[in-house]
Amino acid sequence: MALTENDLRRLARLARIRIEDDETGPLLAQMGGILGLIDQLQAVDTRGVEPLSHALELQQRLRQDTVTEIDRRAQFQAVAPQVEAGLYLVPKVIE
Amino acid sequence: MNLANTSLRQLAQALQARQVSSRELAQAYLERIARLDSGLGAFITTDHERTLAQADAADARIASGTAGPLTGIPIAHKDIFCAQGWLTTCGSKMLSSFVSPYDAHVIEQFEVAGALILGKTNMDEFAMGSSNETSFYGQVKNPWDLTRVPGGSSGGSAAAVAARLAPAATATDTGGSIRQPAALCGISGIKPTYGLVSRYGMIAYASSLDQGGVVAPSADDLGLVLNTMVGFDARDSTSIERPREDYTALLDQPLKGLRIGLPREFFSGGVSADVERAIEAALQEYERLGATRVEISLPNTALSVPVYYVLAPAEASSNLSRFDGVRYGWRASRYTDLADMYERSRAEGFGPEVKRRILTGTYVLSRGYYDAYYLQAQRVRRLIVNDFKHAFTQCDVIMGPSTPTVAFGLGEKSSDPIQMYLSDIFTISVNLAGLPGLSIPAGFGEGGLPVGLQLIGDYFSEARLLNVAHRYQQVTDWHARVPALASA
Repeated sequence: MALTENDLRRLARLARIRIEDDETGPLLAQMGGILGLIDQLQAVDTRGVEPLSHALELQQRLRQDTVTEIDRRAQFQAVAPQVEAGLYLVPKVIE
Repeated sequence: MNLANTSLRQLAQALQARQVSSRELAQAYLERIARLDSGLGAFITTDHERTLAQADAADARIASGTAGPLTGIPIAHKDIFCAQGWLTTCGSKMLSSFVSPYDAHVIEQFEVAGALILGKTNMDEFAMGSSNETSFYGQVKNPWDLTRVPGGSSGGSAAAVAARLAPAATATDTGGSIRQPAALCGISGIKPTYGLVSRYGMIAYASSLDQGGVVAPSADDLGLVLNTMVGFDARDSTSIERPREDYTALLDQPLKGLRIGLPREFFSGGVSADVERAIEAALQEYERLGATRVEISLPNTALSVPVYYVLAPAEASSNLSRFDGVRYGWRASRYTDLADMYERSRAEGFGPEVKRRILTGTYVLSRGYYDAYYLQAQRVRRLIVNDFKHAFTQCDVIMGPSTPTVAFGLGEKSSDPIQMYLSDIFTISVNLAGLPGLSIPAGFGEGGLPVGLQLIGDYFSEARLLNVAHRYQQVTDWHARVPALASA
């Protein structure tokens, strides 16, 4: 199934990536190629095969419910684009 | 000391014997980088002050008699590993001002061993690429021919080691990103079994496939570095807890009786004649060492590329959602509201290949497509794993070319993502199965460019793989050949 410009804009919105008008043409062509490549999988008979999410199929480990982190807020916020009084600043979302 | 032909083991011995100090060694490598790297672009960051401070600490440790095998050895790190106080960019504008506030587990391990951080190496943006052309920091050039790619995504690490700007470098491999550049740059590279090297502080691309490893001239060097790099780490939920192993312990074992599995699918067209010739010559060398050939089949090899391009982008779209311009990374300078800030920050911070993969991943995970693409890819992944399980009942090690051709030209495939993706056909299935894989130099092809032989082993067979590589390197000298510019 061919990807339309509307589909692409919807994906870009879901992925939170702004796409400019002059990017849609080339992106549609490239994405079309990629989707063509992965469409090969549709022809494979996988009846009775369980999906494999992880090669080694490990069990998740459990740990003690204890504090392991120390407070490093100052260092971590030093790399943030905008902080004030220990808080990350973002544009207002609630009026 | 001629750094162009001194192995890591020899450097370690010279340090222990006090024939050279760590400071002198660090200075010599930094001087080589300053002199030779402007034409290669292998490094994103060097920091003489930090490196030399580490060298002085290592010299003190050697003097006090508490040194380990890697104490005082400079190691270059792929810029995907967070190192405290170092710019850590992952090859992206998104992280172009990110000075890491913490160390990756891998960096901690080298710190404990007393190794030095020589610098941070260039890479494809967020490890997405096979030519090192997607880096925000520019192309890396192949030291054997400056008009060719070094491979990717660990192109900077591979080029640095090939030009002997570092005795070894860390790298990561999600679909071939250690083995392919190692092959194209004429050096050795190992991707261990999934879970052996902690992913903590290793910037995530596709978490079920990403694995840290090493590039260095020889298998012997790889083993020495791997001994430090591998280790359990509770902060990585998929880290494997097993007893420490000496990866150099089996190096000298004879190969008599070794059964080499040759997958029909790796030798049935699609490989250029020069690569085929070099691989055949290497296999004959192995027969002289006492190995035998077994024909095997990995029938789903061709499907590994489409499976990968569903699963890796799916995982990437999730992993890279963290780059939102709030806690770290690039933030657009102008925006109207929160959503616009996210969208502009990500549009400006990510390059085209990263955007394509995020969009592809978003597509295969979206409603209506999840079953058809994502779950179907996971089912085929199981078929690929089963192929390997069956193969290892018939042979001890699988061999074949690491890449279909020698290094291709800069710009040759960068406008066609599909052609680029298909160049990883022989390496991707190994990541899907989580197996260890190794690439070693096996002669030269067209244009005097290196050819890589790939060795694939069963789970946790790294020591055996390094043994198989080492014995070959005892009777050949491909791994010791250096490009002309390295001797300058």
